[in-house]
Amino acid sequence: MRPIAYLRATDAANAVEAVSTDPTSDFLAGGTTEVDLLRQEVLNPRRLVDINDLPLTGIEGTPEGGLRIGALARMSDVAAAPVVRERFPMLAQVLESGASAQLRNMASMGGNLLQRVRCSYFRDAESPCNKREPGTGCSAIKGFSRGHAVLGTSEHCIATHPSDVAVALVALDARVRTLGPKGERTYAVDDFFLVPGDSPHREHPMEHGELITGIEVPATPVARRSLYLKVRDRASYEFALVSVAAALSVADGTIADVRMALGGVATKPWRARRAEDFLVGAATDPDGFRMAARVEMADARPTPLNAFKVELAQRAIVRALRTLSDGPGAGPAPRPGTGSPS
Amino acid sequence: MSATGPALTRRDTTAVERGPDPVRITLSVNGTEHSLDVEPRVSLLDALREHLDLTGAKKGCDQGTCGACTVWVDGRRVLACLTLALTCEGHEVTTIEGLAPEAEPHPLQRAFVEHDAFQCGYCTPGQIMSAVALIEEGHAGDDAEIKEWMSGNICRCAAYPNIRAAIRAVRDQT
Repeated sequence: MRPIAYLRATDAANAVEAVSTDPTSDFLAGGTTEVDLLRQEVLNPRRLVDINDLPLTGIEGTPEGGLRIGALARMSDVAAAPVVRERFPMLAQVLESGASAQLRNMASMGGNLLQRVRCSYFRDAESPCNKREPGTGCSAIKGFSRGHAVLGTSEHCIATHPSDVAVALVALDARVRTLGPKGERTYAVDDFFLVPGDSPHREHPMEHGELITGIEVPATPVARRSLYLKVRDRASYEFALVSVAAALSVADGTIADVRMALGGVATKPWRARRAEDFLVGAATDPDGFRMAARVEMADARPTPLNAFKVELAQRAIVRALRTLSDGPGAGPAPRPGTGSPS
Repeated sequence: MSATGPALTRRDTTAVERGPDPVRITLSVNGTEHSLDVEPRVSLLDALREHLDLTGAKKGCDQGTCGACTVWVDGRRVLACLTLALTCEGHEVTTIEGLAPEAEPHPLQRAFVEHDAFQCGYCTPGQIMSAVALIEEGHAGDDAEIKEWMSGNICRCAAYPNIRAAIRAVRDQT
């Protein structure tokens, strides 16, 4: 790791000012990505601005039935919060499926959204990589690409977005709140993650020095019956090969509402809108589930090494939908808006 | 949440940039305050091992994948290799050396011996710091839960069944 300077920020405005006025400064939150990539010299800021003292750790339910989560709330604390577990079981499940207990105690929610890709060519600090060094080319496309994306790819980058919780947040239409040199902004989470296109180094729309301050999850009654299905090479402490965040409400055998997003298969947390559109109003029928899965994956562009993900994703989608429609919680959709704010 | 007020209200701050040369910091480790001079890039793990001679926490992977460096910061299990020492100022660090301040070993240390929960022993301090926290968190309900919540601690000797036996024994004592 190269020598580095350090500043501990005392409030959000100071932190934003310190980073936005210095192209060589980066924020430091939980450090689980940042310190790792500093040590490998993938990231080389001159200075870290430590934001861990900022009062951005709240986890609260809104009166409408949603959530407000501070950017510095730790993954473990969000997963354990009763209001999260009650209103958004998928969110607690998705958080506890990521990383390890130690990393979840460290990693912040804002940092989770900004974690960098696991592509070995990005992380080796040597190979050509359009994300690390724009214009140098993509080593993964003709390289070892078993873990890489099949949706949202471009000829410039096929790295998979690694976050689990972002997949659930995309399914839940969450919003990302930020503070930047030009003031506060709110992004729809689906707009917050960019596909690589011809600029893989741009992963989000924020400018340098713009700080995530919080995540808002709107009231989503359908989320009370929801799950996160994660398929991976080992049972725990591993990134997804394919994952599905899904929520379903069924009335009289017909799908009244559905939310679905995919992880492990795309260059951004992938909202499965085509499958959703296919499913709403349809019967809860395995053939329909299979057709919805096929429709969603129709544009997949696999490499020879990750072609298995196309079939695996379809099976995972069907499994998630069958689990939700057959599960013990099946029946009338939960009453909307129940549960007291806390 | 904060940061809902006017953007970029300018305020005086006492925050000052430090480094990249060594800076004097104070770390509270196992209940004792230590002053040491470290560069900002120094990890908590290196500060403990190289500056304070607390070599219990081990450097396995140095990239957050093995768990051998597990310590507690403010009572929470974390990875010392991905924690910068400077960020621990004002927080309480606990290492395996501080787990049982008296001469007697901690019940889980005793259980590791009784259940033969290690072979080479390299991962053991991290396993024990993780496992004591696991029991306190209430995540040691059954073997499946223990496996899931101990998955951040790798044991290349594969002493896992005996590690779980030691954890069960201490869980059932309490």
